Amino acid sequence: MPTFNMIQALNDAHKVMMARDPDVVVFGEDVGYFGGVFRVTEGLQKQFGKTRVFDAPISEGGIVATAVGMATYGLKPVIEIQFADYIYPGYDQIVSEVAKIRYRTAAEWTMPMVIRTPYGGGIFGGQTHSQSPESLFTHIAGLKVVIPSTPYDAKGLLIAAIEDPDPVVFFEPKRIYNGPFDGHHDKPVKPWSKHPASEVPEGHYTVPIGKAAVVREGADLTILAYGTMVHVALAAIEERGLDAEVIDLRTLVPLDLDTIEESVKKTGRCLVVHEAPRTSGFGAELVALVQERCFYHLEAPVERVTGWDTPYPHAYEWAYFPGPKRMKRALEKVMAD
Amino acid sequence: MSNRDPDLRRNAPHLELHVPEPAFRPGDTPDFSALTIPPAGSAPRPDTAVPAAETHPLTTALVRVLGDDNKAVGPWDPRLDPDTLRKILRDMVTVRIFDDRMYRAQRQGKTSFYMKCTGEEAIATATAAALSAEDMHFPTYRQQGLLIARGYPLTDMMCQIYSNKGDKLQGRQLPIMYSDKKHGFFSISGNLATQFPQAVGWAMGAAIKGDSRIAMGWVGDGATAEGDFHSAMTFAAVYNVPVVLATVNNQWAISSFSGIAGAERATFAQRAVGYGIAGLRVDGNDALAVYAAVKWAAERARSNRGPTLIEFFTYRAEGHSTSDDPSGYRPTNEAKAWPLGDPIERLKAHLVAIGEWDDDRHSKMTTECDEQVRAAQKESEKLGILPQQGKDHIETMFDDVYADVPWHLAEQRDQAIAEGRD
Repeated sequence: MPTFNMIQALNDAHKVMMARDPDVVVFGEDVGYFGGVFRVTEGLQKQFGKTRVFDAPISEGGIVATAVGMATYGLKPVIEIQFADYIYPGYDQIVSEVAKIRYRTAAEWTMPMVIRTPYGGGIFGGQTHSQSPESLFTHIAGLKVVIPSTPYDAKGLLIAAIEDPDPVVFFEPKRIYNGPFDGHHDKPVKPWSKHPASEVPEGHYTVPIGKAAVVREGADLTILAYGTMVHVALAAIEERGLDAEVIDLRTLVPLDLDTIEESVKKTGRCLVVHEAPRTSGFGAELVALVQERCFYHLEAPVERVTGWDTPYPHAYEWAYFPGPKRMKRALEKVMAD
Repeated sequence: MSNRDPDLRRNAPHLELHVPEPAFRPGDTPDFSALTIPPAGSAPRPDTAVPAAETHPLTTALVRVLGDDNKAVGPWDPRLDPDTLRKILRDMVTVRIFDDRMYRAQRQGKTSFYMKCTGEEAIATATAAALSAEDMHFPTYRQQGLLIARGYPLTDMMCQIYSNKGDKLQGRQLPIMYSDKKHGFFSISGNLATQFPQAVGWAMGAAIKGDSRIAMGWVGDGATAEGDFHSAMTFAAVYNVPVVLATVNNQWAISSFSGIAGAERATFAQRAVGYGIAGLRVDGNDALAVYAAVKWAAERARSNRGPTLIEFFTYRAEGHSTSDDPSGYRPTNEAKAWPLGDPIERLKAHLVAIGEWDDDRHSKMTTECDEQVRAAQKESEKLGILPQQGKDHIETMFDDVYADVPWHLAEQRDQAIAEGRD
């Protein structure tokens, strides 16, 4: 079985689906000849030709809109928005069109498309290459929102997203494209090759959308995380010797609430972790659901570890990022009494 | 407000903000004599294979076929047979009667909203005649003529307007936001201009697949100000997309005249110049000119010569919608003063002038169209009007958000059903 980093796994998912389905087309800024600024689409144009893999103008609104037209025609566009921070010019098309077309046409037209976009900080990208805008999409009826945290899941989820009959916004945690990140930015980066989830099967397989993964079983508390923060959370509990159950949500919408509920009822404590800003972040939804479903099982208030409610500051990146220190304080709080 | 370093700026002129104003406001006497209207037949017709730049003089001209003598003149005369002309005329008359009856239905409280296209009927109906029935439209809310001309049942349109039991969109969409795949009519969006680049995307899909069908995108003068207009033009130009892009310049975007969208500086057709695509400016009240221009652009697109931006110059003779009262921002008699006339009267006069029509036949046809619309209205109202809707089958509200109903929507559906029983 090959060992892939997340970029190679995503690239392979494209190759598998483009070979299987002649209706899959891939476009976005720099994705054609060059293969994308993060190399996710490398080699696709050479293998599948210029009319199926091509560069788009710097026009996120135009990229999404033309993908809508292509999906209306009968194609399955898989588009790349180069950074999640750039997605806003396409937001009207995503919210008002992509998300609504099945509903407003009573399913006469549907929008099977994938909007891939790298998100998150920790790469010294400053305010415009670091954001985590997932909650702007989880709030929109009609969209599915998927965030992988390993190469294995990245390939399986992307294939599932391309095969899904509904539009999927697919956020790629770019801090962990090349290796899992424990939150200690001053330590050397570990490569994916040391991680078991870098073993990626060849060919077609899927990881189901709407299904979370219990990545570590435990009894002390439940940690809900996704993307980069799954690895930061795992490192934090190891450092503190806590027997935590860590759930990688993998899909935010539709959410796998059963897995969450079962775990929190077992542990009685819950910590929600994301890199996005706190106010109205997806964590707020998770906390609300946990208290609705598990209130009488809770032994402590549900805590949140998040980014601050500020823009992502360049030089202060590691004071912004919800790293080991923020994790430590929150774990102490949620485990107290 | 700070005014730093006034010494440095003492001799500088005061900057002025220009806020465009229409020529006439309520109480003024509209006078369009300053408007340049080139005579019919004066615009040259280039071959459809010419480089885009050779069309650019036509972006400031006006393609017109029907002359003051009601004869068809010049190189753009499409030489249509009388049956086709009568079909376009009949479609226009049907649209106008349909609009009048549905406008009245809204006033009678049978629905919430309606939008007429009075004065603009030639644009959609003659376009429908010029394109193949298989070509795909991404319309705005003022191209109901496409559906009518393509034979979409009037009853189905009305059921959508009433959001009733016959509404295929299940009461989810604002009246007139039709959608029909079979008739090549994409779901209308209330977010303006979104459909313009979508049309380009559909045609890119057709080109990727080596299809022979083309797409036509529609936008109003006001919504050309949206970024989506620029996206559409950019993608159409970059990929030489087989698409016809139409801007219906009816000069009014609710209360804002076309100057607020930039019309004081250049025609809308001239926007083609900067993108390097073909452009045509067309008398939108002249059904023959509309037909000829669309036919030209379609032939160009079908032979991989690229996209064309067509500006249909017309006038919105009535309010924006049933929620609008134009007497608050323009003279009430402005529509009557509009010099390009009424598209129905003009085509009728042409058919009469060539000996293919007369007043009796026209009045007989009008009666038939009226009966057809009345019968459709009666039929659709049997299936209900808006005030009676929204009570039964509440559960359908939760369908089609996704292909399957996820747990959170299933929960909310149960709650909504329970509320419905309370």
